[in-house]
Amino acid sequence: MTEPVNGSVRAPVLEVRGLTKAFGALVASKDISLDLRAGEIHALIGPNGAGKSTLIAQIAGELMPDRGEVRLDGQEVTGWSTAARTRAGLARTFQISSLAMEMTVLQNAVLGALGARGKVMRFFAPALGDRALVERAMAALEAVGLQDLAALRTAELSHGQRRQLEVAVALTLAPRAFLMDEPMAGLSASGSRRLMSFLDGLRERAPILLIEHDMDAVFALADRISVLVNGEVIATGSAARIRGDARVQEAYLGEEACAGAGGEGRGEAAP
Amino acid sequence: MGVRRETMVNALLLAGLLAVPLWALWADEPFTITLATRVAILALAGVGLNLALGTGGLVSFGHAVFFGIGGYAMGILAFHAQNYTPLIEAFSIPGTRSMPVIWAVAVLASALAALAIGALSLRTSGVYFIMITLAFGQMFYYFTISWPAYGGEDGMSIYLRNNFPGVNTLVPFNFFAISYTLLAAVLLLVGRLMRAPFGLALSAARQNETRLRAVGIDPYRLRLTAFTLSGAITGLSGALYADLNRFVSPSMFSWQTSGEIMIFVILGGVGRLFGPVAGAALFILLEHFLGGISEYWHIFLGALLLGVVLFARGGLIGLLAGREVAHD
Amino acid sequence: MSPILVIEQILNGLQSGVMLFLMAAGLTLIFGVMGLINLAHGALYMIGAFAAAAVAGATGSFLLGLAAALAASAAAGALIEASVLRRLYGRDHLDQVLATFALILILSEGTRWLFGSFPLYLDIPDWLSGPVLLPGGIRYPLYRLAIIGVGLLVALGLFALISRTRIGIRIRAGEADREMIGALGVNISVLYTLVFALGAALAGLAGALIGAIQSVQVGMGEPVMILAFVVIVIGGIGSIRGALVGALLVGLTDTLGRIFLPMLFGLFMEPTAATTTGSALASMSIYILMAAVLLVKPTGLYGSAG
Repeated sequence: MTEPVNGSVRAPVLEVRGLTKAFGALVASKDISLDLRAGEIHALIGPNGAGKSTLIAQIAGELMPDRGEVRLDGQEVTGWSTAARTRAGLARTFQISSLAMEMTVLQNAVLGALGARGKVMRFFAPALGDRALVERAMAALEAVGLQDLAALRTAELSHGQRRQLEVAVALTLAPRAFLMDEPMAGLSASGSRRLMSFLDGLRERAPILLIEHDMDAVFALADRISVLVNGEVIATGSAARIRGDARVQEAYLGEEACAGAGGEGRGEAAP
Repeated sequence: MGVRRETMVNALLLAGLLAVPLWALWADEPFTITLATRVAILALAGVGLNLALGTGGLVSFGHAVFFGIGGYAMGILAFHAQNYTPLIEAFSIPGTRSMPVIWAVAVLASALAALAIGALSLRTSGVYFIMITLAFGQMFYYFTISWPAYGGEDGMSIYLRNNFPGVNTLVPFNFFAISYTLLAAVLLLVGRLMRAPFGLALSAARQNETRLRAVGIDPYRLRLTAFTLSGAITGLSGALYADLNRFVSPSMFSWQTSGEIMIFVILGGVGRLFGPVAGAALFILLEHFLGGISEYWHIFLGALLLGVVLFARGGLIGLLAGREVAHD
Repeated sequence: MSPILVIEQILNGLQSGVMLFLMAAGLTLIFGVMGLINLAHGALYMIGAFAAAAVAGATGSFLLGLAAALAASAAAGALIEASVLRRLYGRDHLDQVLATFALILILSEGTRWLFGSFPLYLDIPDWLSGPVLLPGGIRYPLYRLAIIGVGLLVALGLFALISRTRIGIRIRAGEADREMIGALGVNISVLYTLVFALGAALAGLAGALIGAIQSVQVGMGEPVMILAFVVIVIGGIGSIRGALVGALLVGLTDTLGRIFLPMLFGLFMEPTAATTTGSALASMSIYILMAAVLLVKPTGLYGSAG
């Protein structure tokens, strides 16, 4: 399953080993193992209902697996809460933007900076008067191009801008690894391209586990791709290898063809 | 724009609350001074609840617990002082008639109760939280009724208002000034707290808990701290209220009291720093004028509350200052 | 402590438990189906008691009084559902609490305006008064026994309604998925009004039955409703079974605690202190029970999720 990237194996930052989760008779995750190594974008793809959301929830700490473990920087974090995993260096963005809507853009970013610093029980000095916090937040907003909208209420942002803010808040955390759940969803073509080039550069700061439906983006960005079907990882490898994998073509494209007939032709980008 | 207008409305409210009793002092209307004192004290209770409810999103229908504990802290300490009996026999700790000491005890005791109730009820959320806080309120209510040492069902009277160093508290305006100063001080502190990192994170816990966890902050500790502070503030107001009436009774713990504190917050505007001040003032005015017209003025109060909930969620301050909520 | 006293007190606890069940079942049903927390449930209990006392007083018939209680509380429930509460289903819990609290103020003061501040009395009919002789030589009031019977019958009826009938299937569908019953072509707003009226009628029935033991007065409903909240927290919200188990637990704990805790303290304390301590502790016993359940299982004994 593990193969060298460019000939050299880098240490895994995030590791999932033998993760299994069942809901009654339905086994949503079957003995899943994958890892995320420094400097890479590792894409996770699979047809709808393959168990991607369940897997992310277990990695992020929202759902406890029945068996198996999650490791971050070699430390086992399987029993940890979401917040504890974040503090340990796992930053995620959500499929559906999850922001404090009544706050300003800057306040959302400052919240991230505050979480990164960890000293929340401060009762007197204004958060926005703290230069270190605000600078860190503004740097993240600038990185995604939202600096001019810092004073705007988050509820007034467009869909695409909210996605950018999600990424900016994750940046303020200066994480060891990113977990990004469909960051391109609902973006315009130009928005997608901008975000792609941004993520392309981001992987050197911290590796990204990318869950994405946009196959163009996946095949253009990912160093490695894992394919999840029916709760199982059926293949992991480079884009070329995944393209050529017979099992992937059979299982994944077969499923997609069915889904496509239902009106959701998301898989046409895959060859 | 909305922010600056709200600041102006706030300043006017605070000035008005001072101007009315000043006028009453000049016109020799001591009853009006007492009404203004009630507004200041009840507003303080509302400021406490608003911290949990408005900023933290914790719908507590049990803040009468803290109001009552504050009241009974005053009642019990002053009772032992006026009867010259020791508070705790074993250590011969006496009661006291000193307001600052009473306040400290009231704040501490209600904070402790809030910590305990919060630690239990914050394990749940949503409707559970509402029902549990309501239930714990009822527990204290029945407990004070069944505990005969301090008057049981009848409550107890304190003959003289307690002392404050250097101030004759028997003069109505002086006691107003004390209550008003405490209200202003607490408003200042809570205002700072809302802008501080703690307030920002607490507000995020209300708006989007998932987001808060995803930046590495656990909401439980924040909420418990907010609930404790909130209970302490309402406890302080309970001690003042008891001193105003020189009387405490189990009704301070009743669910109706919790409901009234909530009404101050709602009528004024949820989550707005000065909302409870506007709400308490409006409540006392309604009680005074509508109560003078009809014995059944609660019907109108109910209709007004229903109207605010269904059609005017910003409350009075929302109407005066626009829908924009202050953030900076 | 004679066994007869113990059995008597257990029966008293059962009686108070089944009445709490009637309240809690309505609350939990309304929450389960509509997601609404209804603080005005106690006011519906009061309306039932007043209707029963007024009609029984005018006609001399207890059964007509009961019928009036069911009709009045169901009608009041349907009216407030259709006029006010319907607007609150999508809103947050704070709005629901406030609006239903406003309804308490309006309904309570309205009742006071109609009937005055003095309590009314509802007499136990002749054919239900007096004690009956139970096996073991226990003399127990027939009326209280009848209340236990009615409560248990209603519980059975509710379980049958939920699990066996078409409307019950719709109610369960409503708990699971509001959109699904919409897709099935069920008229949701009619269903909601019916469920609310059913819950209200249960509260009104409890109010009328208790009204014959206690006095009928404004404000009688809220303490019972808050006890029903304790029941729901213990049993788990949305679960009828949880409501039954919780109600019996609360009824028994409360009744037995009041009698036996002072006795228990009397074993090692002087009598007055024992009475004081015992009854003070007894007044808190059900809340302590609730706290214990919260510590062990925050979602209640039969609850799934908060």
